Amino acid sequence: MRASAGQGVAAGDIVLSVEDVSLGFGGVQALTGVSFDIRNGEIRAIIGPNGAGKTSMLNVINGFYHPQSGRITFKGKTRSKMRPYEAARGGIARTFQNVALFKGMTALDNIMAGRTLKMHRGVLWQILRVGPALAEEVEHRLKVEEIIDFLEIAHIRKIPVGRLPYGLQKRVELGRALAMEPNLLLLDEPMAGMNLEEKEDMSRFIIDVNNHFGTTIALIEHDMGVVMDLSDRVVVLDYGRKIADGTPDDVKRDQKVIDAYLGVGH
Amino acid sequence: MLYREAGQFKTSYSADQAIFSIAQDRWFVMIVLLLGFVGVPLVANQYLYTEVFIPVLILSIAAIGLNILTGYCGQVSLGTGGFMAVGAYAAYNLALRIPDMNFILVFALSGVVAMLVGVLFGLPSLRIKGFYLAVATLAAQFFLEWAFARVKWFTNYAPSGSVAVGKIELFGFAIDTPDRKYLFVLALVVVMALAAKNMVRGRLGRSWMAMRDMDIAAEIIGIRPLNAKLSAFAVSSFYIGVAGALWGFLRLGSWEPLAFDINRSFQVLFMIIIGGLGSILGSFLGAAFIILVPIFLNQLPHLLGIPLSTAAVSHIEFMVFGAMIVFFLIVEPNGFARLWAIAKEKLRLWPFPY
Repeated sequence: MRASAGQGVAAGDIVLSVEDVSLGFGGVQALTGVSFDIRNGEIRAIIGPNGAGKTSMLNVINGFYHPQSGRITFKGKTRSKMRPYEAARGGIARTFQNVALFKGMTALDNIMAGRTLKMHRGVLWQILRVGPALAEEVEHRLKVEEIIDFLEIAHIRKIPVGRLPYGLQKRVELGRALAMEPNLLLLDEPMAGMNLEEKEDMSRFIIDVNNHFGTTIALIEHDMGVVMDLSDRVVVLDYGRKIADGTPDDVKRDQKVIDAYLGVGH
Repeated sequence: MLYREAGQFKTSYSADQAIFSIAQDRWFVMIVLLLGFVGVPLVANQYLYTEVFIPVLILSIAAIGLNILTGYCGQVSLGTGGFMAVGAYAAYNLALRIPDMNFILVFALSGVVAMLVGVLFGLPSLRIKGFYLAVATLAAQFFLEWAFARVKWFTNYAPSGSVAVGKIELFGFAIDTPDRKYLFVLALVVVMALAAKNMVRGRLGRSWMAMRDMDIAAEIIGIRPLNAKLSAFAVSSFYIGVAGALWGFLRLGSWEPLAFDINRSFQVLFMIIIGGLGSILGSFLGAAFIILVPIFLNQLPHLLGIPLSTAAVSHIEFMVFGAMIVFFLIVEPNGFARLWAIAKEKLRLWPFPY
């Protein structure tokens, strides 16, 4: 797998910046004037109490929601409206809070599906499935097997994911996102509903992905211990507004953050 | 004992990705093909050809087509009859207006015409899903039926509204006897089933299944809903169109729009539900079941020597057939293809308990 760092963006440079983004649904204001940036190669955490707008923020970044105002600049390109598949083409991958796998397909096929954008053989070749089409299929299978080895899910590759336990489904979903070789990986609560051991495994995978492949990661997580250990910088949202931004230690001491989490009146 | 894969080591990913990666499966398919091409022609008579083999094979193609759309891509369609009619009338007009056209080309082009119509009627799928899409395709069914009944050009201004086809010739061979028709259809079925299998296990098939299982997640890995859904409509309608052309030319010979009414849509839909959604093999099993069981039920009282009037027999046939469909759906909602997979799973261990 190629390291995704250095595609026009040097390590430490800003790969994604969100400027003054506001998003509302009818009368509900999900995000109000939120600005922050993500630097290349870092692990950036987005935290906040329930309903703070964290998932909405991810949905804005990969194009599910179109903000009413504000700008998003990814790899130097500012955009107004973008569809999710365009975000995918640009190199943004993501996982979901409540696993969004293709339940009827095997773990292998799920991860292979993640390579759709990298495969280019036309329909006629696929029908014949000889020569270049077969070669392409095998070439991508090799990449996928690397990911399968990396995530230690070789034993379940031919099992339909609907039958897998939750922890493994989360791992397959991470695998599918990795198969896209993204520049920016968005993880929406990668450890939700996991036991301690599974959380440790997942943390290790996230750090490994970041170290080995240089993938920039933005993650939402509720487990403060995990967030503080994993992330380089943390942005804190509350009621759709940014209330703090900085290193884990700074954020931990921030009075506003403490108030938000302990529930002091707003 | 017979179906043991121990000792068969796959040493390359292409071997692991083969359609029949186990030697016993390869043998089984060889035997089935041998029986189909050599065995059947040795024993079959006219009745078996025209009432059993040819209908089962042609409707298998239609079932594969619908299965690609509904079983693999998750888009429900009730317009199968209409798309078959498009294929049939396209073939009729091509053969009529362009004399001496090769019949392979006629059938292929009628598939292409059905494909274009299918894509057109597939456009609503980009906005609507599930039951609502089913209703939209139902509208396609009624519109197409109406068009072929009312627009006289399609039927070459035949006063009765029914059309009849002439001789079918292929490279100087007249395809006029049941056994020749059978072999022609069988060859087409083999080619088209193989092509379908290759599509569904490649990139295209994965993007269809992704769209079926979780369209949001499909979009974030870069699958465009437009491409995935419309390609499923295109491929599906091509298969259904070819099946319609074959049905008109090789099964019926002459027909009117009623031959492709809503009942035909339901018949093919039942085939894939009974056979197994999302399975090429299931399309064949479903087609065989839906064609064979009524014939069997119809003959049964006669075979058992029970004196019943023809009317009573056909009523009982309907009731028993309906009950059997319900029974199968309760016992195995995933269809025959799933039963087959379970049987193979069991057979791997047999005769040992585990």
